[in-house]
Formats: sequence, structure tokens, C-alpha cells
Amino acid sequence: MEALVASAVGILTAAGIFLILRRRTFPVILGLSLITYAVNVFLFATGRLALNAPPVLNKYKDVAYTDPLPQALVLTAIVISFGMTAVIVMISLSAYLSSKDDHIDMTAQDSVDAAGEDA
Amino acid sequence: MNHWIVAPIVLPAILAPFSIMVLRYHLDLQRIFSVAGVVALLGIALTITAQASGGDIQVYELGDWPAPFGIVMVLDRMSAMMVLLTALLALPIVLYAIASGWDDRGKHFHALFHFQLMGVCGAFLTGDAFNLFVFFEVLLIASYGLMTHGGGAVRLKAGVQYVAYNLLGSTLFLFALGTIYGVTGTLNMADIATRVAEIPAEDTALLRVGAVLLLLVFCIKAAVLPLHFWLPASYANAPMPVAALFAIMTKVGAYSILRMFTLAFGPDVAATEGLAGEWLQPAALVTLAVGTIGILGSKHIARMVAFCAIASMGTLLIAISQFTPDATAAALYYVFHSTLATALLFLVADLVMARRGGAIAPTPPMPQSGLVSALFFVGAIAMAGMPPLSGFIGKLLVLDASRDASDATMVWAVILISSFVTIIGLARAGTLIFWKSHDTQAVPIEMPAENEAAPEPVAPEPQPGLAFTAVFGAVAGLILLTLFAGPALEYTSQTAEQLFAPENYISAVLGGAE
Repeated sequence: MEALVASAVGILTAAGIFLILRRRTFPVILGLSLITYAVNVFLFATGRLALNAPPVLNKYKDVAYTDPLPQALVLTAIVISFGMTAVIVMISLSAYLSSKDDHIDMTAQDSVDAAGEDA
Repeated sequence: MNHWIVAPIVLPAILAPFSIMVLRYHLDLQRIFSVAGVVALLGIALTITAQASGGDIQVYELGDWPAPFGIVMVLDRMSAMMVLLTALLALPIVLYAIASGWDDRGKHFHALFHFQLMGVCGAFLTGDAFNLFVFFEVLLIASYGLMTHGGGAVRLKAGVQYVAYNLLGSTLFLFALGTIYGVTGTLNMADIATRVAEIPAEDTALLRVGAVLLLLVFCIKAAVLPLHFWLPASYANAPMPVAALFAIMTKVGAYSILRMFTLAFGPDVAATEGLAGEWLQPAALVTLAVGTIGILGSKHIARMVAFCAIASMGTLLIAISQFTPDATAAALYYVFHSTLATALLFLVADLVMARRGGAIAPTPPMPQSGLVSALFFVGAIAMAGMPPLSGFIGKLLVLDASRDASDATMVWAVILISSFVTIIGLARAGTLIFWKSHDTQAVPIEMPAENEAAPEPVAPEPQPGLAFTAVFGAVAGLILLTLFAGPALEYTSQTAEQLFAPENYISAVLGGAE
């Protein structure tokens, strides 16, 4: 169980970092999504891994329970990363449509434009 | 409970949606409400600063949940001071944005502006590490909108980089918080501090990893080398009033370093002893050096000011990284100064760019050249740290506080040489922009015939008088900071004392259940 979760976090992060280092915006956004998945699984595991245990205390009998706080944190993290991904998709789309170019780096031409934009 | 504590967050949180939903089609009303909101925020900030200056640490429990379980807002001298700085900065910027017509070049400027203020104030006031993350996201998501305000291909491309970089930073923040939660089982800052002190020394490996990750995240926000790469392109391509507002954003990173690494991972905590200072000091020195070289090498005034922002963060973090009360007091004074000076220079850069373009090269004379160049001169003096303005006092305090440090020679050399190079860089820019404008025959200017990347037509401002009033407001802030350096320094010294006595903070938060 631990090995499975740990390797899932590791592989997702590695794949995410590989994709973030690409030159075009689409793989970069995919890479960012993969890393946010990795961090969600990681946050989930910070409350210790427990099987078949609800995140609520049972006051009638003594049963196993799991820490509810990481689940709340993951929920917040999912909402935020979902919103942020939507924002970056929109900004990169408009950047692509206005410059006809989906490279994430600023090209030499961009720098020229920026330096001389209103010279 | 003192309800004023939560007011700097609630006020913009109400005003921003109100501006979107009700005032959507009425720019005039948006402007009125926006300015009124900022003035009210300033009033609130003054009130809570007066309350905090007595030295009591006040706690606001959201939903009345007691401290380690619910989220708390904490008001101490440092958070009050930073909220006051935010409000003081916001007022000239919002006036300038209205006067220069920047708020009319895209939609929802004022709503995004207030969301940004909400995030910044929240980050300063919160006493919970995860809540700090949430407020970081609030201020970031507003900043994404502000940064790409007005559109244009180059700005949008810079925006994509900015968002991608910060998204990665947020993810790293979550990893850091997860690690710390995994070790300590809590996210309340005061509670983290008590738990960290109790963990036996042999079990702290993971905790140190968490602390270093956290430091990395804050260094990304504070644009410390080698994590500063997002800053020049995004600040230089953002609308200038927005870049001026962003001057407070790097300070949020510096504030968080100061807060977390005095409270939870302080200098006398065995597990993380000297961790922050040891890594931060060299990075801060290199940041200052590279920022200064950037000032010298920039070909565009906006980019030059962006490097000024990096250099001032370097000076600030040199002071912070010593983690002594004296150096911290100097750093807090310098925070005030450098935020106002950076914002002033960004606003002046916008005045220049609206009149003649931002290239640091001779062009024909521009209208109101004398006034604008005088303002640039004031900003440059402040930024370079020459007398008589507050930059001089700030740098003097930083130098004085680092006299007893182990590598004082190095610190002094870097600060003094970089100040000198900054003077040269700013003088070069001023000369080329303002003085050489009369012999432009030598260098023919190439007018870009159909440059679709040029985002805004060069147009004089609708209300130049108000724009200059706003810029002079920032100048007045610097002058007041110089004149009242004594009281200001007394306040920051008391703040530093409070920061280096974290047990008061902890007992105020955890013992304040009644």
C-alpha cells in the first residue's frame, strides 16, 4: 500500500516535471495538472494511510478512524488547482490566438517587440 | 473579540463581488467605490495599527472555534504594519490607475484590484499555515487577471510564464505543508511552533525537509535568486500600475519567511537551527548583485525597474537572513521604504512610457519632460539609497545591523558596491531618456510601422493632474518615512522584539480560548 502510493506520487511528479520542461504550452499545462494530482495524493497520505476507516469518530464503539483534516485539505487543493488550470488554459489560449505561437518561452522577436513596443 | 482584525479581509471581499455584479457596466461608480474602499481600508489599517502598537497580540477566532482546531487571524505589530503598508500603497496606485485610464483598458480592474488587496491583507493577518496558502492563491489568482489586464500578445505570453511558474510554486507550497502536517499533525502556526520544539532530535529529518520546502516557496514569492526568473518578464510586461501594486507581493514572501522562521523554525529551535539564515544569506547577496547588474543592462525602463525590485529584495533579505532583532528592525523599515520606492518608480515608468515609449535610448523630447524627469530623479535617489530620502536611512540601518555578523565584510562590500552600480545604472537611464532627447539626430528612431504587439496607443492621460497627484502621493510617503524615521524605527524595533519572543504569540493564540 505504502509502496503503491509512494511510487504513484513519484511517477506523477517525475512525469509532470518532464512535461513542464517542454517548449509548448499544452504539455506544460498537462505537466502542471499531473503535479497537482501528485500533490493531492501526497496530501491524502500525510494523514497516514488507513484502509476501510471512515474519517469520523464513532462514539458508540471503538473502531478505527482516519484523520479527516487531510481530506479537507485535498478538497481545497483540488478546487484551487482546478480553477488555476482553467485560468492558465484561458490565458495560454488567448496568448496563442494573439501571437499565433504556442511556445512558452519568450522568443527573440518578443523581446524586440517588448523593447520597441512604443519606441 | 476584536472584530477590526478581520475587517481588512472582509471589506475587499465584499467590495470586489459588488463591483463585478452590481457595478458591472458603470465604470464611474466602480471608480468611486474602489477609491472609497481603499480609503476605508486605510482607515481600518490605521485603527488596527494603533491597537497593535500597544504590544498586545490579539487573536480573532473565525467561527469562534478555539485555536488549534479553527482558523485564527492574529494581529501583532508586524501584521498590522504590513496591512498599513498595503493600504498606503494601494491608495496612490488606484488613483493613478483611474487617472491614466488603465482601468478602462480591460474589464473588472477594480474588482481584481480589491481581490488582490484581500489576498495580501489575509496573508499578513492569518495565523494558520494552510490559510496562508489559501490567501496566497487568492492574491495570485487576482494577480493573474491584473497582470494580463489590457491584453496584447507579449503581455499574454509573459502572463502564461507567470501563471505556470506560480502554479508550480503553489504545488510546492502544498508539498511543504503536507510534509509539515505529516510530522507535526497541525497547521496552526503557533501549534506548529510548540510541536516542533517537542520533537526529539533524531526524528526531525522530515521536518527539516518541510522547512526547506517552505523556505523555497517563500523565496519564489520573494524572487530570491535562483528563483527570480518569473519576475523581470512579468513585471516589465504587466500594466505599470499593476506592477506597482505587485511591489507588495514580493514582500508577502519576505513577510512569510520572517513569520515562519522566527515563530516556528526560529533561530533557537534545535531541529532547524540556522537553517534559514545559512541558505538565505548567500542567496540574498547574489540576488542583490544580479538585480544590480540587471539595472545596468536593461534596455527598457520597465525592465530596469523590475530589476530594481529584485535588487531591493536582495537588500531586504540580507537584513532578514541575519535573524537578529536589530537586523529585523532595519529590514522592517526597509520593507516600507522599498515598497514605496519601487511603486513610485513603476508609476514614473508609466508616465514615461505613455509619453515617449519605454526604450532607454534617445527619442525626441516629450511633453512635461521636466516634471516627469524630476519625479524619476526622486525615485532614483530613493531606490539607490542616497541621502536625503529614506533609502539612505534604510541601507544605513541594514549596514549598521550587519556590523557584528560573521561575514560583515562581504555584506558591506556587496551592499555598497551594488548601491554604487545602481546609481550608475539609474543615472545612465535618466541621461538617455531625459537629457539626450534633444540631440536625437545622432540616433534615428525606428518607428515600428505596424507593430501589432504594441498594446496601447500612445495617448496622453485623460486626467494628467490626478496622475501626478497620485505619484506625488507616493513621493510624500517616502518623505514622511524620512521625516518620521525615528518613530518608525522605534515601532519596527518593538516589532522585532515581539517577533523574537515567540512565546507571547504562542500563548496568545493557544491560551486565548476564553
